[in-house]
Amino acid sequence: MFRMIAIVAGLGLALAGTVEAQTPRKGGTIRMTAPYGSSFTSLDIHTTQRAQDEIYAKALHRSLYVWNSAAGKPVLELAKEDVVSGGGLVHTFKLRDDAYFHNGRKMTADDVIWSYNRIMDGTKAYPGARFVRVIEGAAAVEKGQAKDISGLKKIDDFTIEMKLTEKVDPGFYFFTALTSIYPADEAVKESFIQKPIGLGPFKFVEHVPGSRIVLERWDRFYKPGKPYADKVIVSVMGEAAARDVAFRNKEIDTSVLGPAQYVAYQSDADLKGTVVEVAEVFTRYMGMNTSFKPFADKRVRQAINYAIDTDLIINKLVKGKAYRATSWLPLTSPLYDKTMKPYPFDPAKAKQLLADAGYPNGFEFEWTTSQNESWGLPIVTAVIPMLDKVGIKAKVKQVETAVLAEVVRTGDYQAFIYSQQTGPDPQAALKCFHSSTPQSACNYMNFKNADFDKLMDEAGQADDVAKRGQLLQKANALLYDEAPVWFFNYNKAVMAVQPWLKGVQLNATELTHQNVEDLWVDETSPAK
Amino acid sequence: MLAFLIRRLLQTIPTVLAVVLLVFVLFSVVPGSIVSTMSDDSDPQVELRMKKQLGLDQPVYMRFGAYVARLATGDLGASFRTREPVTTMIAKRAWPTLQLIFASMAFAVVLGVPLGFVAALRPGGIVDSAAMVLAVSGLSLAKFWLGLLLMYLFALKLGWLPSFGYGDGSLKYLILPAVTLGVSPMALLARTTRAAVLEIMTADFVRTARSKGMSETRVVKWHVMRNALVLILTTMGLQFGALMGQAVVVEKLFSWPGIGSLLVDSVLQRDIPAVQGSILVVVLFFLAINLLIDVLYGVIDPRIRYA
Repeated sequence: MFRMIAIVAGLGLALAGTVEAQTPRKGGTIRMTAPYGSSFTSLDIHTTQRAQDEIYAKALHRSLYVWNSAAGKPVLELAKEDVVSGGGLVHTFKLRDDAYFHNGRKMTADDVIWSYNRIMDGTKAYPGARFVRVIEGAAAVEKGQAKDISGLKKIDDFTIEMKLTEKVDPGFYFFTALTSIYPADEAVKESFIQKPIGLGPFKFVEHVPGSRIVLERWDRFYKPGKPYADKVIVSVMGEAAARDVAFRNKEIDTSVLGPAQYVAYQSDADLKGTVVEVAEVFTRYMGMNTSFKPFADKRVRQAINYAIDTDLIINKLVKGKAYRATSWLPLTSPLYDKTMKPYPFDPAKAKQLLADAGYPNGFEFEWTTSQNESWGLPIVTAVIPMLDKVGIKAKVKQVETAVLAEVVRTGDYQAFIYSQQTGPDPQAALKCFHSSTPQSACNYMNFKNADFDKLMDEAGQADDVAKRGQLLQKANALLYDEAPVWFFNYNKAVMAVQPWLKGVQLNATELTHQNVEDLWVDETSPAK
Repeated sequence: MLAFLIRRLLQTIPTVLAVVLLVFVLFSVVPGSIVSTMSDDSDPQVELRMKKQLGLDQPVYMRFGAYVARLATGDLGASFRTREPVTTMIAKRAWPTLQLIFASMAFAVVLGVPLGFVAALRPGGIVDSAAMVLAVSGLSLAKFWLGLLLMYLFALKLGWLPSFGYGDGSLKYLILPAVTLGVSPMALLARTTRAAVLEIMTADFVRTARSKGMSETRVVKWHVMRNALVLILTTMGLQFGALMGQAVVVEKLFSWPGIGSLLVDSVLQRDIPAVQGSILVVVLFFLAINLLIDVLYGVIDPRIRYA
């Protein structure tokens, strides 16, 4: 597996090397694809958390921070400086004074404050609220107890002070498009949803619902010389087979690959060179409800991990398009612990643990799943016979993804299979298991462990970054031993990229989310 | 004719009401809600506020009453997710949907009806056998597979047409999705036309026309074709409705902007106003087409008007 990681890293370096070796060409059209559905949800990016929508939003909008794929962390984008005070809780941001919205107006502190207040409108349940909630007083606005976020203060037109509720890196909270900064005067108009205005490198031209979004270069973008391309077209292409034909026909520049296509592209000499891959910060797992008696016993949960031949499923069913999970924090997490080993496939040990826990003849449980090909019904179907061999019978309960999302948050399950974002912030990913985190938030297994809580609390108080990291790694190891889930895999995102498209970033948070201003097409691109 | 039209229009009202009620009740009991699809992480107190804002805290009968009252004024409400008026969302997609449906039906009629006629005029011959093999194949082909095949051939191999997208809405973008969607009704129309023509060819009035010395061309043109049209129109009317449903697959495959993809995404996201609006538009379209067919029956065969 680590050889694989080395290959990925090497590929990344090779890509970076290529970009450095060539002078970016100005002009041309970048043709991206949005592969996760049959339309974009909305042109108001505050209302949608779908990865599909952030693809176009990365070109149209900007947030306080941006994800830097090469560094593997968020970096300041709309601010030039962040001065930390107040014991690590107060951040004073010096905003850029050269960022212009697409209507030609300069961004000021008022726009930032207005945008965050908007996101906290509890009657709208904007998904970005989970990030803005880290600002002091934001939760009160969300609950209708206050009008404005008390922890946000305008010092002057280009300086804001942000007081947080806990000692965290705000970069992890304010880099996604869900917290994009809107022009306060324009966003209140009804026309905004038809013709959005942002701060991004490209401005809105056209939206054909269910088909495409077209954007063109914003000449007053604040990064000198960028963007390179004249135009960006993001086509909605939910069908993998249709994307395959369009990619081979050179009609699109990028195409996300599923397991079957991953194998096909790898074995095709002409296409092999187009494949880029990265370990995304998503962990796939089977969650176990500890209020269901058998799963309350750690030995039973560990037995499940021993009973499943995880590598076999990853290799045969997922076609190698995943990395074996060796803990909750994924490979690309800054705190990933390389020394941790996965639970080996050991049915005998599983049987022994079950017997020790008082289940020598096994037991029966209901497993709730969606139809997802990578972490849904096909996986469940393959696992059931393995569990059966150690005496555990699983009954499948198939539901829609929307229903599954509700099921996991209400605890109305015995077991479920899911894919959960486990990064980029390791502290936020692990905090989901803190006993104070409600099930409706992200503590879906309703995990409660005093030792784990203690480690997390200490990490939250630690000023020393290294010490905080060590405590979080310990918490991660404890979680692995407690096994509230069957640790299945970390997603390997794979995308085919045409040879003329340069500057593609290996974004571990979501490979399709590209900082479009860094992309460029050479003269061999068929799209002029 | 006016009385006939009024009577038929009045008959559509209970149908529309029944559909509205059914969709409303179904989406009131189906698990999952817009609140859970909006965010992975929200406070129960906030969820309650959102439900109140959207009126989801009201009993079903009160929500239904309010919906029907708004509907009576032509207001389909606003999308839960985007807050955009549903009428605007549908309006943006109506034209591409109509383009696709009518182009598919045109393809089906232009190819299917003559094929059925030719086959019936020489039953058991080579043309008949070939036409029926084509018809059975057309009915059996899965649209998804056929669409991919057409893409592969006409876009990738021959390079004649784009493989996906709406482009500028021109014909070259429409051809592949329309043919994919139109093959099945084409095959059905060919079979229906053949069966209708074969039956009419042996009818007494056709035998009488021939015995009066009328030429075969005139017999087919004046007696067979006109009588066969009633059955062909019936099939077309039913197929329009089927095409609206089947368009979902084709729209997604070809990235074609239509009401079908709006409906599917709205169902998955539990955006009830958008679902209700989309279904209502599909139903109204189906009813309008069938009303038109009923009127045409009267034109073709005046006896039907008085029946």
